[in-house]
This record gives sequence, structure tokens and C-alpha cells, in this order.
Amino acid sequence: MRLFPFATALLFAFLTASPTSSAGAASWDDTVAKARDQEVFWNAWGGDERINAYIAWAGMRVWEDYGVTVRHVKLADTADAVARVLAEKAAGRTDGGSVDLIWINGENFAAMKENGLLFGPFAEQLPNFKLVDVAGKPSTRVDFTVPVEGLEAPWGMAKINFIYDSARVTETPASIPEFLDWAKANPGRFTYPAPPDFIGSTFLKQVLIELTPDPAALQKPAPKAAATFAAATEPLWRYLEALHPYLWRGGKAYPATGTAQIQLLDDGEVDIAISFYPSDAASMMLNDRLPESARVFVLKDGTIGNTHFVAIPFNARAKEGAMVLANFLMSPEAQARKQTLEAWGDQTVLDMEKLTTDERRQFDPPKDAPALLSPAALGPTLLEPHPSWMTRIETEWQRRFGS
Amino acid sequence: MATALRQLKPVLAGAWLRWVPALTLALFLAPVGAGLIGTWLPAFGYFPTLGGTAIGLAPWRELFSYPGLGTSVWLSLCSGVLATAISMGLTIGFVAACHNTPVFVRLRRLLAPLLAVPHLAIAVGLSFLIAPSGWILRLISPWATGWQVPPDVALVQDPYGLALTFALVVKETPFLLLMTIAALDQARAGDRLAVARSLGYGPVTAWIKTVLPAIYPQIRLPIYAVLAYSLSVVDMAIFLAPQTPPPLAILVFRWFNDPDLAMRFVGAAGAVLQLALVMAAICLWRLAEWGADRLGRRWLTAGGRGGSGRLAREVAGSAMTGLYGIAAASLLGLALWSLARRWPYPEALPVTWTLDNWVRQAYGLWWAGGTTLLTAVAAAAAALALTLGCLENEQRRGLTTSGRGLWLLYAPLLVPQVGFLFGVQVLLVRLDFDGTWIALIWSHLLFVLPYVFLSLADSYRRLDPRYARAALCLGASPNRVFWRVKLPMLMRPVLFAAAVGFAVSVAQYLPTLFAGAGRFVTLTTEAVALAGGADRRVLGVYAFMQALLPLLAFAAVLALPARRHRASAAPPGAPAGVPL
Repeated sequence: MRLFPFATALLFAFLTASPTSSAGAASWDDTVAKARDQEVFWNAWGGDERINAYIAWAGMRVWEDYGVTVRHVKLADTADAVARVLAEKAAGRTDGGSVDLIWINGENFAAMKENGLLFGPFAEQLPNFKLVDVAGKPSTRVDFTVPVEGLEAPWGMAKINFIYDSARVTETPASIPEFLDWAKANPGRFTYPAPPDFIGSTFLKQVLIELTPDPAALQKPAPKAAATFAAATEPLWRYLEALHPYLWRGGKAYPATGTAQIQLLDDGEVDIAISFYPSDAASMMLNDRLPESARVFVLKDGTIGNTHFVAIPFNARAKEGAMVLANFLMSPEAQARKQTLEAWGDQTVLDMEKLTTDERRQFDPPKDAPALLSPAALGPTLLEPHPSWMTRIETEWQRRFGS
Repeated sequence: MATALRQLKPVLAGAWLRWVPALTLALFLAPVGAGLIGTWLPAFGYFPTLGGTAIGLAPWRELFSYPGLGTSVWLSLCSGVLATAISMGLTIGFVAACHNTPVFVRLRRLLAPLLAVPHLAIAVGLSFLIAPSGWILRLISPWATGWQVPPDVALVQDPYGLALTFALVVKETPFLLLMTIAALDQARAGDRLAVARSLGYGPVTAWIKTVLPAIYPQIRLPIYAVLAYSLSVVDMAIFLAPQTPPPLAILVFRWFNDPDLAMRFVGAAGAVLQLALVMAAICLWRLAEWGADRLGRRWLTAGGRGGSGRLAREVAGSAMTGLYGIAAASLLGLALWSLARRWPYPEALPVTWTLDNWVRQAYGLWWAGGTTLLTAVAAAAAALALTLGCLENEQRRGLTTSGRGLWLLYAPLLVPQVGFLFGVQVLLVRLDFDGTWIALIWSHLLFVLPYVFLSLADSYRRLDPRYARAALCLGASPNRVFWRVKLPMLMRPVLFAAAVGFAVSVAQYLPTLFAGAGRFVTLTTEAVALAGGADRRVLGVYAFMQALLPLLAFAAVLALPARRHRASAAPPGAPAGVPL
């Protein structure tokens, strides 16, 4: 333990050294050299053709520049990859694992971190991390209140927004209480996916943040004491009890997933759908999955936003290749392409101020996209509550409305 | 080819044959054991990797205090039992009333596409057909209904699970029909009918009184498989079942996929409960069989001749035709979606068309298709060889049924995949086997072998032993009897079983992902991953591609052996069985 202060000092010296210090550069060169000819199995949700195509493009670019082969393992659920890593740990395989990189955030990250299933810290040592907007986008270092500590590299930004069909809807609610008034005026035309679908759970958290007496308490773990928890969440349950009779199917049925709910909007069964990607609407219109009249609104006091990341399992076989890929995903080139509506429309994690003028120009918003709100119009971003709130709220929702 | 086969024959000599059941069980014992241990231990709190080291009932307490668990169990039980009962009633009613009629021949020919369609495609297609914003209402809106926006009624995800039950009937009836048709030959349905008709029984009554008692034992296991499947279905239920609360299988699936890894303990307990539910339902069904047997015996022998059966024929024929029609309309809807760019409510047809959905998928379909084909052929062939070996061994050694251990074959069908496969995965990783072809085919075999076995076992066991005895008396060796008498006579059930095994392999998602370590891309892994995006256009493409391979297999089997079989199997002078 006597070494500890010395080690801390040394670490501090490293961290404060200029990014171009020879030690850091040499070790990155090392990583790049080791990465050559590695095969990276990237386990990522495969439910969207455009995202799959983007991942294929990124793989091709990393192969061109670094000789790293990327294989996209298309998952129906991130939990399938978590289960793999868990099975390997249970079987005692501490290296040579089959998952090299996982697209992850929030609860899955918290669970993997807590159970020692992640490799790192590595993210903040990646050269492109210095371009990340850690000040303006604090969720790039704190994932659902859980400190990232370099165990996952930020990849993109998500933020709750609402898609509506302007052909049928003229006035949109600007706050959670106004949502109730809107639903009363338009019975059966709004719904949310049944928790534990993450869009549904996030809607509950949005309501909670706006209505709970002390929003700051949500940043800490949910209180063990039932009475304290009840006091904090009582306004949420009262609100839902008032809202449910005016929902689609009278609140007796809910869509199973967020994507099913957007399909309901396109089918004309509801008028407003919840989305987690601010460019979802514009991108889906481009893809003819929503009507030309689809538009987006947000709430005036802000909506929940978070960051999604890539992480490397503790036993990954191609750690260096995975780091090279993670670094490329944070590059201005990859981030700018990801933000175009044609590719995906996912918001960047980078700080525009840290880019060169040329690099910045690639991020200019598309001219003709009426369903795309400018960053200013998207309003303030609210932080995710601690994951324990989500678990407790989901259980309580099941008890009250799910049975 | 013929010489190669002849050289292979000694492999099936008696000494080898004796070890086939043991080999089959050994291939099964390890993964099934690992799978069950992987489910049972965490159910009682033991899972050291997640810090669970104390055996206890905590997961069970948490499971039983889960809100709405009772409703979930009840919903599963009702939709599963009801779907199985309706499917069976429809199948038996149709075969009894319509055998030898043109509609029977026509619908039998159309069986292959129905069998080949993946469950997920039926679920998505049917929900698009019957939803309030679905195709049927689009066809009559707004001009007939006045609905500019879809009505707010729960036609899918109804609280009673009727939409799920309905979809299960649409998907499972063809399977039972296939199994019934395969059983007809061995029961010598034609002879029985001829005798009964000559005694003055009406056609339907004759069938029910003389053929049904003979074939029911042969379709019993397939019925149990349908029951087990219906009780534990996940992918269809996500689209069609209510979510508040969902059926038990979805709850178990969710717990295993919960980001909070501690929920896996509850999930494991739920998986054990699911197993108990399936067992209970099968026992219940067995009890009902016994009751029907006792009650029906008097009616069977009372001598009632029954009428001409014209009404029954009309009703059963229309019901089955209607079922085919609904399935066809569901698929047609999906097919149109695969060619659509945009198709909003209330348009009766897509407003803009495109081939893009297909063109975009073309890349990679080759690889995925090749992997799918190779795996399915290997798994079906291995399963067929093991099944035939077991059955032949049991006949040569004069066993009435193979050892009781064979129930283990059915374990993979009775336990929810997600919990069961976790243990299998741990075993494969321990053996350093995961991500290899062997592991992939082996894991498919776990699900293919039970279906092949249950598709074939009773037909094999019920083959009239006098044929073999006569051949042995004429001096043929047991091997020659197997290759020249039994196999040709059983060609149709054997090929049916192989086609069923092939289709089962094609449809596997979790085994491919878990045992293949993400190294193998099949049509199904692609389709299931893309299903998450709920884009009907893409689903239309993949549903078709996923159905194509099994479709070819079934079509080949249904078309090919009918001629060969009749020529070689019908004893001279006897009626040539039910013309199929």
C-alpha cells in the first residue's frame, strides 16, 4: 500500500502530460501494430438495415487503414452477447473469448461493470477521445449515473423526442401535464411501449423527472425504504392512473416494442410515438417508413438524453483490433458519416470546437429535412436517473398496471 | 451410389447397432444434462459467477410474488391447450370427413408451403391481416366503414390471447395434418375403411370408428410436441399476445434478457415452472385421452352406422380451406410488403412499389443460405441415422420400446430454449468446442432429433412385422430386410421425418448464436435480428427466404415418393391404401 501515493502521482503525471507525449504515442503505435490482421467480432443489435450497412462500411474502412477485419454479429438483443460473456466466465475462459466488442449502454453496462465482465480502462487512452465533448455532453463519461471510468468508448447520442403526424395533429403538448390534456382531448391516439421495453421505461422516467418533488434524488440510488420511494414516485402513479383511460386500447394493451409503436404511428392507429433518436423521424421518412407529414417535437423543460457506447469484454481475443475500431468510430470521418440521414442520422459525440473547419463542415445539417430539429430546438437534455430507479419503477408498473 | 450404399451396410450390422441407442443418449446426455443443470441450479440460487453460492428458495419466492404471474400461467395454459385442441380437432375432422375427396387431394398438395413458412412470418403476416389497421379493414375502408383512421379495438393482443391461439392453429394444423397423413399408410386405412363401408357404415363414421383408433397412437407424440410448443412459444407471442401480463414464456425470456443479471435466478425458476406447466398440460391431455377412450368405447361398438357425412364434409372442408386461405392471405400481405416502398392506411395496396428491399438483401444471402443448407442437411441426416439405428435395434432385440432413458430426447422441446441453452453454452466453452461446425450441428441436433424421432418412431414401430418375418423366412439377412423391405416400405415417413428435421434446423436462432459463437450467419439469424426493427418490408423478404429451403424439402418429399411407395409397398391384390 505504500506504493499507492507514488502510483497515483505517476498516473497523474501521465494524465496531465500533453496528448502527443512520446510514451502515449508509442503505446498507441504498439496497439495499432498488434491490431493488424486481427479479426474483431463486433456484437451489435442488428434490427436496422441502415445501421447494419453503416457497421459494414466502418469495417471496410478499418480494414483499409489498419488491416483489421470486422465481423458484425447481428443480435436480436444485446443480452445475448452479455449471456455469451457470462457463459465464458462461468466456464473459466479468461482469454480468447468470442466477443471482441459490444454495442452497449445503461443497465447492460452497469451489470457488466459490476460483474467484472469488461476490459479496461481503455477508452480515454484512444487518440480520438480528446475530440469528445465531455463537458457539453456529460453522459459520455457518466452512463445512467454510473461512472464510465474508461470501460466503454462513446459512440453516439440519443435523446427522447416525439414523432407526430402533422396531417392529423396541429397542437402538440409541451410538457408532461399537457400530455394528459392532449390525451383527454384525443382519446385512444397515444400509447407507450410496455415496460421493460426501454422506450416505455424511459417514458416513465421522463414523467418521473418532471413530476417528482426532488429530481436531484433520482441521481442517487433509489431509496431502500418503501415510504421514501413511494413519496418520490407517487406523482408518477397518480399521473399514469389519470392518463391510461385515454390511451390507445384504453390503456388495456400496449405495443411490445418501441419499433412496433412507430409502426402504429405509420398505420394511423396512434398520432404520437416516442423515439430515442432525434433524427429517427427524418431518417425514416427518407426511407419511406413514415409519411411526408411526420414531424418532431420535444418538451420545453427538456427530455432525457444518454450516450451509447462500445465496450470490450474482459476476455476478448482481439482487444487491440477492438480498440482500433472503437477509435475509428470516434473519428470525425466516421462520426460525420453516421450523422447523415442517408447513413443513419445518429448524433455525434464530438465537440465541434475541437475540430478543424473542414472537419466541422461535414457535420452541417441537411438543408431539406423538415422533421429534423436543430440542436438548439431539441431543448435541454435531462440526465438519466440511477439504474436502480428503472428496476424499481418497472416492477411497480408491473404490479399496478401489468397484471 | 449403389455400391457405396452396399459398402455401408455392414456398418449397420448387429454388433454396431446395439450401441446406437447408447450413442444417441451419450450425444444427448451431456448437453441435456448441462442444459438442465444450467436451469435447475440457478433456480435454487446457485450460480457462482453471479455471486450465487447458497442453495435456497429465494428465486422461487421472487417468482411467485411477481405481479400477474397467475394470469400469465393461465394465459399460457389456455392459449396452448386451446390451440392444440382446435388444431387436432380440425385435422381429424378434416381427414375423417374429406378423405378421398378432391378438396383433400388439393389441400394435401398445398401442404408444403404452409409447413415451410416460419412461425415469425405467420405471426407478422397474420397480425397485419387482422389488425384494426390491417389488410382486411384496408380493403373495406373508408368506403364501406367510414373509418378514416383505424378503429380502436383490440383485434390483436386481445386480453384472452385469442389472436395468439388463432395463429398457433394456423401454424400447427398443417404439421398435425402431415403427421396424420404419414400415419395413414401404416394403419392400412384403406383396408379398414373398405371393411367398415361394406358393413354399411357411413364414410365419416367408418373413419372415426375404424381408422382413428388405429392412428391416434401414432400422432400422439406429435400432438404433445404441438402442445409443448404452443405453451412455450415466444416469437409469435411478442406480436400477438397481450403484454399486461404476457404469457409465461415471454416473462421467462424477459428475465433471462434482463440487463440486471440477478434476474437470471428468477428466470431459471420461471423456466422450471414452464417445464412443470408443459408436463402438467401433457398429463392433463393424457387424462383426457383416457376419458375419451372410456367414454368412446361404448359408442364405437354400439353399431351406429352414421349418415352420408355430407354436412360434415362441407363444414370440415370449408374450415380447412378457410385456414389455408388465412395463411395464404397472411403470406400474400407480407409478399406485397416486400415489394412496397410505402403502404399507408387505408390504401388497399401499396402506393409506391420497389425492388430495393430485395436488391439490398441479395448480398450475403448466398453465404447465409449456404451455411443454413449445410447445417440443416448435416443435422437432419445425423438425426435420421441415429433414429433409424435406435428403432431398428429395438426391433431386432425384440424390445417393445427403447429404454425409459429416451424421454430425455424430448427434454430440449419441453424446456424454454433461453434457459436451457445457457448450460449447453457453458459446456461447449468448457470443451473449447464453441464456434465450430461440430458444435453448431450438435446443438441443432438437440432440437432436430426429437422431431425426427417423434415423426418416425410410431410409423416404424407399427409397420406390420409379418413383412419382415416373411422376408427372413425367405432367407434374407436382417440387414437385407432393413434395406430392401422396411426402408422402401417406410420411405414416405422416413423422408417426411427428414424434411421435418431439415425445417426445424433451418429455423433455429438461439442454438446457432450460442453454439456458433456468432461465427455462423444463417438466414434465420439474419431474419430474427432484423425482426427487431419491425420493418414489414424486410421481414417479407426474409420470411420468403427462410421459407424457401424447407419449402423445397417438403415439396420434394410430398411429390417424389408417392409413386415409388405405392408400387413397392402395396401387397398384390390389396387396396392401394388411401390415394394421396
